Amino acid sequence: MSQLQAIAISCERGGRPLFAPQSFTLSPGQAMQIEGGNGSGKTSLLRMVCGLAPTASGEVRWGGQAIAEVRHAFSLDLLYLGHSLGLKDELSAVENLRVASVLAGHPVGHEEALQALQAQGLGSRSHLPLRVLSQGQKRRVALARLQLSKARLWVLDEPFVALDTLAVLALQQVLRQHLAQDGLLLFTSHQAVDLGGAVLPWRLGA
Amino acid sequence: MTMRWFYYAAPQTFYGLAGRLWPWLAALALALTVAGLWVGFALAPADAQQGEGYRIIFMHVPASWMSMVIYLAMAFWSVLGLTFNTRLSGMMTRALAPTGAIFAFLSLWTGALWGKPMWGTWWVWDARLTSELILFFLYLGYIALTSAIDDVRRADRAGALIAIVGAINVPIIYFSVKWWNTLHQGASVSLTRSPSMAQLMLWGMLLMALAMWVYTLAIVCYRVRTLIIERECHTDWVQALPEVAGAKA
Amino acid sequence: MNAFFALVARDLRLAFRRKAEVLSGVFFFVVVAALFPLAIGPEAATLRHIGPGVLWVGALLASMLTLPRLFENDWRDGSLEHLVLSPHPLGLLVLGKIVAHWLVSGLPLVALAPLLGLQFDLPSDALGMLALSLLLGTPVLSCIGAIGAALTLGVRGGGVLVALLVLPLFVPVLVFGAGAVEALNSGLGAQAHVSILLAMLLPAVFFSPWACSAALRIALE
Repeated sequence: MSQLQAIAISCERGGRPLFAPQSFTLSPGQAMQIEGGNGSGKTSLLRMVCGLAPTASGEVRWGGQAIAEVRHAFSLDLLYLGHSLGLKDELSAVENLRVASVLAGHPVGHEEALQALQAQGLGSRSHLPLRVLSQGQKRRVALARLQLSKARLWVLDEPFVALDTLAVLALQQVLRQHLAQDGLLLFTSHQAVDLGGAVLPWRLGA
Repeated sequence: MTMRWFYYAAPQTFYGLAGRLWPWLAALALALTVAGLWVGFALAPADAQQGEGYRIIFMHVPASWMSMVIYLAMAFWSVLGLTFNTRLSGMMTRALAPTGAIFAFLSLWTGALWGKPMWGTWWVWDARLTSELILFFLYLGYIALTSAIDDVRRADRAGALIAIVGAINVPIIYFSVKWWNTLHQGASVSLTRSPSMAQLMLWGMLLMALAMWVYTLAIVCYRVRTLIIERECHTDWVQALPEVAGAKA
Repeated sequence: MNAFFALVARDLRLAFRRKAEVLSGVFFFVVVAALFPLAIGPEAATLRHIGPGVLWVGALLASMLTLPRLFENDWRDGSLEHLVLSPHPLGLLVLGKIVAHWLVSGLPLVALAPLLGLQFDLPSDALGMLALSLLLGTPVLSCIGAIGAALTLGVRGGGVLVALLVLPLFVPVLVFGAGAVEALNSGLGAQAHVSILLAMLLPAVFFSPWACSAALRIALE
């Protein structure tokens, strides 16, 4: 059973440690919300868990093995969405979803992508370049991407920012579904989030 | 054996070691320089073809050698740094770069000074000088890159990568410049062609090369100490150092 | 392999939808090639002599102009992180980006160079060799330049810094590329030059993606 373990991980910025070594375990079906003030290192923590940033000490384990050793398997199971959505403005929503899915290792067909966009209410706009969509609509494209993803561990940095009430509910629904299917979720957010079950809070910094 | 090397790779230990070493190295460098210059300018006989002017090779040739050796040393520390992730490797590479650049510049300048009385031009596109020029550009590139990146760790690692890529390219660059040179000018111009070098001349050059090498070791020790203080300034042991505590008082 | 082609297709699509960015490199090449005769004088013999060198340097500078674009857009919108986190080997993905970049920035130079060579009154076999040498040389420029672009992601003074880092490394390609046309013109035959260009192309294609991956990971840390 794939578990995410962080064992005494810490990181440095400008020679100083950002936060004390953190250790936690996340099991399938669990969600963890990282809280902390601005600059407390939430994004750095997420990036370390993904393997984008090196740990100054400690290690991150997936399924009991260090992520450096199981890089391929870990990357198949991981979906990371940072502050920028990773979407291309010149491509259409469908093209974006399909390319992203190929690069993530779980290719998605044209029909599937279209259906996911229709479920987000973007069916009529699916072939337009993302440039002409509003910020909220672009976030819904990202939401469609979440829905199509077959990754088991989702690491989301501020997924609820700049979303209106409807979109917040939609995102919560997608996240709940993911957890119900034994997925793992690690995210940051300043607000309280309702995901149906207990969300493990984790506080960084003072 | 490996444990001892890693022991000295810790900035704190190296700081002490370098502190003890550099005065001796500086004194030795001075002695060797005096000896080398004496051999080169006082003892060695005048050259049959070039007269007294040839004596500039006692600066030019050792400087060229050093600029190449230092670049190789930078590549060596870069490989170590990227493989073992030690902080000291980045500092060593950064400390070596300015000295290497200075020697490359010195080599170019003395080459020009030599060329003027010999062939009448301030610059000559011979293979060695041109390769030296490109090596100088490689040094400048490294220094520019490491200065432009704010994050120290990223700057060290990026610099290490460009140093390694540069080092791999140096033989290719030298070969291509040599080819280019023979095609365009023939073998007529060569700044280092000395068919029969008197024993003394060789000794002179060797002494100067040794002097420059020891000087490099001394200055690198000194520079790395400064870098260590800069980078580790938040640690207790640096705060407790007499030179730091005295400055704050 | 699917990911490789998907990425090449994606980057090509992006380039075609951002035509202005792409064409600027080509226009620069045309302008630079016209500047030299203006500076040196229209004497045909001189132009024939300097033509191959000028066109080669022009192609080099035009390639330099487009290099920062290679990773910058991906880095800005967050898709670079997805490439690094992808289960596909990063080296393969980077090679895909380099190939797409060359198709869009390098290949047009190869096609345009013979036309510009007419401005320098070069004979037709020289034009052919110019195109061939650029065909072999511009991919090497893309490969080596990509390393510079990856190292300087988001760094101040980006474009000029890339040029300073990468131009010394381009010297061998320049020497043998322009030298090939010279050799042909002087009747010496350019087989050796072409073989050497090929000998530089293959290691560049293998080594560069690996170095770029390391550089990208360093840039994202």
